[in-house]
Amino acid sequence: MNLHELSARQIAEQVGARKVSAEEVTNAFLARIAAWDPRVKAFLSVLKDTAVAQARAVDEQVRRGEKAGPLAGVPVAVKDNMCVRGTRTTCSSKILENFTANYDATVIAKLRAAGAVFIGKTNLDEFAMGSSTENSAFFTTRNPWNTDYIPGGSSGGSAAAVAARLAPLALGSDTGGSIRQPATCCGVVGMKPTYGLVSRFGLIAFASSLDQIGPFAWNIADAAALLGVIAGHDPHDSTSVNRSVPDYLPALTAGVKGLTAGLPEEYFRGGLDPEVERAVEESIRVLEKAGMRFEKISLPHTDAAVSVYYILAPSEASANLARFDGVRYGTRAPEATTLLEQYELSRARGFGPEVKRRIMLGTYALSSGYYDAYYLKAQKVRTLIKRDFDDAFQKVDLILTPTAPTPAFRIGERTDDPLRMYLSDIFTISCNLAGLPGLSMPCGFSSKGLPLGLQILGKPFGEEQVFSAAAAYEQATDWNRIPPEPSRG
Amino acid sequence: MASFEPVIGLEVHVQLKTKSKVFCGCPTDFGAEPNSQICPVCCGYPGVLPVLNRSAVEGLVRTALALDCRVNSRSVFARKQYFYPDLPKNYQISQYELPLAEHGHLDISTEAGPRRVRIHRIHLEEDAGKLLHAIGSRALDYSLVDLNRTGIPLMEIVSEPDMHTAEEAAAYMEGLRAVLRYLGVSDCDMEKGFMRCDANVSLRPAGTTGLGTKAEVKNMNSFRGVRDALAYEIERQTDLLEAGQKIVQETRLWDAQKGSTHSMRSKEEAHDYRYFPEPDLVPIELSESFLDELRRSLPELPSVRRTRLEKERGLSGYDAGVITAEKPLADYFEQALAAFEEPLRREAAKPLANWLTTELLGRLHAAQKGIEESPISSRRLAALVRLVLKGTVSGKTAKTVFDDMFAGGGDPETIVEQKGLTQIEDEVLIGRWADEAIAGQPKSAQDVKAGKAAALGALVGAVLKKSGGRANPQTVQRLLKQKLGAS
Repeated sequence: MNLHELSARQIAEQVGARKVSAEEVTNAFLARIAAWDPRVKAFLSVLKDTAVAQARAVDEQVRRGEKAGPLAGVPVAVKDNMCVRGTRTTCSSKILENFTANYDATVIAKLRAAGAVFIGKTNLDEFAMGSSTENSAFFTTRNPWNTDYIPGGSSGGSAAAVAARLAPLALGSDTGGSIRQPATCCGVVGMKPTYGLVSRFGLIAFASSLDQIGPFAWNIADAAALLGVIAGHDPHDSTSVNRSVPDYLPALTAGVKGLTAGLPEEYFRGGLDPEVERAVEESIRVLEKAGMRFEKISLPHTDAAVSVYYILAPSEASANLARFDGVRYGTRAPEATTLLEQYELSRARGFGPEVKRRIMLGTYALSSGYYDAYYLKAQKVRTLIKRDFDDAFQKVDLILTPTAPTPAFRIGERTDDPLRMYLSDIFTISCNLAGLPGLSMPCGFSSKGLPLGLQILGKPFGEEQVFSAAAAYEQATDWNRIPPEPSRG
Repeated sequence: MASFEPVIGLEVHVQLKTKSKVFCGCPTDFGAEPNSQICPVCCGYPGVLPVLNRSAVEGLVRTALALDCRVNSRSVFARKQYFYPDLPKNYQISQYELPLAEHGHLDISTEAGPRRVRIHRIHLEEDAGKLLHAIGSRALDYSLVDLNRTGIPLMEIVSEPDMHTAEEAAAYMEGLRAVLRYLGVSDCDMEKGFMRCDANVSLRPAGTTGLGTKAEVKNMNSFRGVRDALAYEIERQTDLLEAGQKIVQETRLWDAQKGSTHSMRSKEEAHDYRYFPEPDLVPIELSESFLDELRRSLPELPSVRRTRLEKERGLSGYDAGVITAEKPLADYFEQALAAFEEPLRREAAKPLANWLTTELLGRLHAAQKGIEESPISSRRLAALVRLVLKGTVSGKTAKTVFDDMFAGGGDPETIVEQKGLTQIEDEVLIGRWADEAIAGQPKSAQDVKAGKAAALGALVGAVLKKSGGRANPQTVQRLLKQKLGAS
């Protein structure tokens, strides 16, 4: 077996048992990246030198007989909106083009301690705003299944890197579907944990009340292993919840007997691609066979989710992105002669059109005289959306839906139509508004050979049940065992 | 011509004295090297998050309880947004809709009698950094930013518009300062910017209750500045109204050098701060038991202490006011008093207050020292007063002893002993000096015999002089009168 075909857990086990060295594994993946990334364009930067140094340190640790971490020697690709000390961290934005992080995000520190190796920083839509990576200031990442198609976004680089076996694991961030939608497009497992389960410290904020870091992997067990390492209370993040993190592995074999899943009628109406609908219906039959019960439910405020999201997320973003002013770090207009000019030129030049659009939307929604009609109203509807889920979870343990209404679309197809682009996240946004855990996994292919995705939503901190259902489905199917051929297309 | 009544409300910003900043672990020491007390969090680096410092909340809540505020069991932070280089995130974490405390009051004493100033609200926020402008320099045509102050906890105390003269506003500031220093929550040094004040000033026709158009006055950097700026602003507005002109709603800056205010920005140029709840922090929830604990930790406050010293110790309102203005001073006084046993303690209070306020404070002031640095301890000052009360030394001698104590330390008993300053009570000795004095000044003696009581003074003086100032003046008087047959 080639090293790049090993799962993350297999790598950690073999590195710990000294069957293979972390350095060999890292070099194998660096070679994959050298060979395939020029086509996929998943990485903004490849951390060749530091990755090899980290791998050697892990090998040294193992040689000394010290206990290897749960991710010993496992290469991890990191979305480029998370701070890794000493590395360039750009958010795919010109305004941070030359910014080097001066501290480690909490998830990065935890991964270091677990023996992981940071192999590179992956591409994204600028400041995680988008669904295709086309909003990256640097380049568009390609879908490994067909390079004419988008990989999804905003965590498109991480999803594509894992799909193309350029890394066994990757970190993404999900504000309205930015992990789950690209996971679907690229045919991998992607999960957004419950809000508050994973520390946001060191994640460059888009919308603070919605952002959450989560794992990408080839399979459920690897995703659970990565989540197990990064989850947990962080005193540096006041919104991280102080509760112990369970061992997720037993949940993987717990089965789905006795579990009831809800099928929200609002997610199976017009606008849903027939191929997507068929694939999800087939998944339901598979899980039924495994012993899961299904029930039709209603989430009546679903239709308002996109509107609510596009008021709240830009509102928070307009404040979060105010710090990029060229004063302390980042791009500064050298010819500015006044303070105002420095602000205006630096930001006009540093931000791309989608980021500017959202800053303006948010600034407007928070302005005096409009606050009540937009921001406050949206907060109230957010509460109603959350209540829909609370009510539903009185009756069911999980909720099953398609992850996205269509398979990946062609690069350039929606760039001139932001509203249509926003609808890519129609099935994933509510989960962020309600703070719930949501997982996307492959559930088939379109007639064009593009992956389709199934979304499993759980109760707050119900990650174990989500993993149980996902693992049961994975066992009964073989979608994740088919690798893409990045040469195609 | 109609007369006008000024209406003044104050917004006072006070730095809370905590070891670390309000949302990160950086130290808060004053006067450190620029940008030496900073970290990614207070510099607003990408990806950082604030974590609330519990002791800042405690300091604010103790203040709120001392000012009889209602403390909200749930309060939230909000982002106040504006761009400025001293504000790294370009928003300030503050409180807007649900502050920590509301509806309190501070009782102040003014020349016209006691006044109550209501407190509208008190909220917690982070301080901004400092800009250093190289004005007029061609080589340095830019500004420097020092972020040491960024993130130091700041509480904003907003009064109701309950003050009507510059003196009342100054008395409010002084009263507030006394309370805050009693609580130990801030040093309130205005020159160092630990306490800052903005004022809203308007005029209305005397006898009416509405509010006129206000001007906001900023940049008053001392207690004197507050008094002078408000007096100036009241006069400015009065002149305008009396000339039939209108007040423009605007922000005005006080220029202490010129002694005037000038317009900084008009209402139209005012910021829209676009407040919204801070999503990076959870609401502050305060339990009853936490509040009870803080309530129990409150010291006796200056106004209460002042009244007690007047009633229990018979001090004058003035003395009690001076002594209780600063907690260490009042503590000094009460420690000294505690050295006396009843009933001597009752007798000692007033002379002790005199020694403290006139002699010791005067001397300390001249030496630019605080009571904490006094070379005379409270125990030793008490010992000196005891010597006077017991008649061991005269008041005049005591002042000499006091000088020695202030200059070189030492306890008064030893000084009196070593210098032989003990008061002379020996009636045989004093009687001999009295005879000599009478023989030396027959005219005065005649006058006393003739009933001119005033003439006795000269003879007493002569006896005291012979004794080197040590004879007990009362004994001297009694013996002289006996010898001259006067009553």
